[in-house]
Amino acid sequence: MSKRKARGLAPYVFISPFFVLFAVFGVFPIGYSIVMSLYNWKISGPVAFVGLQNYINVLTVDPYFWTALGNTVFLLFSGSLLQHFIALPLAILLNSRLARAKEFLKTAYFLPYVTSTVAVVIIFSNLFDTNFGLVNWLLGLAGLGPVAWLGDSVGIKAALSTVLNWKYVGWNMVIYLAGLQAIPAELYEAAAIDGAGALRRHLSITLPQLLPVIFFAVSLSVIGGMQIFEEPYIMTGGYENLGGEGNSGLTAAFYLMFTAFKAGRLGKASAIAWILFVAILALNAVNKAATDRLGGRR
Amino acid sequence: MTAGLAALALLFAFPFWYVFVLATWPGDRILEFPPHLFFGTGGAENLAILLARVPYVANFLNSLGIALVSTILALFFCTMAGFAFAKYRFRGRDRLYAFVIATLAVPGFLNIVPFYKMMVAFGWINTWLPLVVPGMAGAFGIFLMTQFLENSLPDELLDAGRIDGLTEFGLLLRLVFPLARPGMAILGIITFIGSWNSFTSALVFLPDLAKTTLPVALSVLNSRVDNNLGGLMLGTALSLLPLVAVFLAFSRQIIAGLTAGAVKS
Repeated sequence: MSKRKARGLAPYVFISPFFVLFAVFGVFPIGYSIVMSLYNWKISGPVAFVGLQNYINVLTVDPYFWTALGNTVFLLFSGSLLQHFIALPLAILLNSRLARAKEFLKTAYFLPYVTSTVAVVIIFSNLFDTNFGLVNWLLGLAGLGPVAWLGDSVGIKAALSTVLNWKYVGWNMVIYLAGLQAIPAELYEAAAIDGAGALRRHLSITLPQLLPVIFFAVSLSVIGGMQIFEEPYIMTGGYENLGGEGNSGLTAAFYLMFTAFKAGRLGKASAIAWILFVAILALNAVNKAATDRLGGRR
Repeated sequence: MTAGLAALALLFAFPFWYVFVLATWPGDRILEFPPHLFFGTGGAENLAILLARVPYVANFLNSLGIALVSTILALFFCTMAGFAFAKYRFRGRDRLYAFVIATLAVPGFLNIVPFYKMMVAFGWINTWLPLVVPGMAGAFGIFLMTQFLENSLPDELLDAGRIDGLTEFGLLLRLVFPLARPGMAILGIITFIGSWNSFTSALVFLPDLAKTTLPVALSVLNSRVDNNLGGLMLGTALSLLPLVAVFLAFSRQIIAGLTAGAVKS
């Protein structure tokens, strides 16, 4: 083979592993899950075509699906989106001249993000223990509680939200910090000359300038938040408890995993996966529309 | 201002301190009022309990082995693909690259059920393969290495290499790998951490307790009825130790690498 020809072919060879692997382990199973969702397909035993029956059952008669989807959306707001109201101000503070030791603070806020979910949830389950947890001890000092965090349907959501906010706020803060550093300093200087105060400057310059970054960070939170599985699975003690008291910690992805790998109903689990996928697309469309509307008002 | 931010940082770091403290208290004294804030003397006892209840050493070695193999494979395949996207002009390059990036948005649960059936059919259950092979040329790693090589590998050097008679694959081995080391270090650490922490795939594909990874072993320990908190806390603390050490040593590079995708767009 000539050198010229080798040079033309080389990049295709170099990138081919990704495409081969994605075809085999991505495209094929994703396509096949559409097929499986149309069958009554158990982990063992005969397979029967049922058309859209799995989808209809999940959406109409299934006792857990809507609870799980509702829990997921609740946790999306209380656990994954709420933290943007902390992450953005935190990034603004860290970006200001007032804060020292920025690298150290960034490291501390980011550490939870790189920690394994299992370890994090085990630690927080301990902190939220009903009888002797540190959280209830602190509440006791203030004359409150004790709260049966993990034995109560509201308590489970509160504990899960705490974990999610704690784990991911540093990630969002770093994204916002990078976005802030990209805003031209002249914009602020002009506003300072006009005599605008700090709050006014942030409302009229920072937020509009940062809107694309906010959209992107929120999109990532929506995609991630709708797939939450590990945190509730571990915190509520695995498949057996189905999300604990009142199924309060049962998320959609958790129910999908339960349906597939505990109940062994692979066809139904595939249908849940596609319904969940459509829900994520819909929420992202809402996010896009809301951002466009905010951007258009300027 | 800084004091407030530092107090918040302490709040963020506290759970880490707490798990290391609890790891040194005997199981029946972990949950007490007032809560322990400093070390106890039950560490050795907890270690004995931990080792008796789960095959912790095997789990540790499984996690380590899977993370190392994943990292080495990712370094090779992602650097190779990144080299192609960064340094060659070829038909369809931009579209193919955009496709690679777009796959990052595909939710992981969409393929899990048929993927599981495939792994059963391949006889890959309870082996490292499902955790190592599908992601070895991962889109995020390709993105990271493309970004890095675009900026740090001079075209003149590649041309000089070709004049010296290196083949295209020779360029990769002799020039790209040595020069890409700083980028590969970041990708390596990130891949290692990701693999070390991964839970769901090990839960599904490594059901055998002796063959599974640390996070799954800890979750099994956590949900046992006769759960001993001392062993659990020590096991958790030990699983965090390598990770926290690596992160604190390279936090700046790790944060920059992990958020590269989010920050660039």
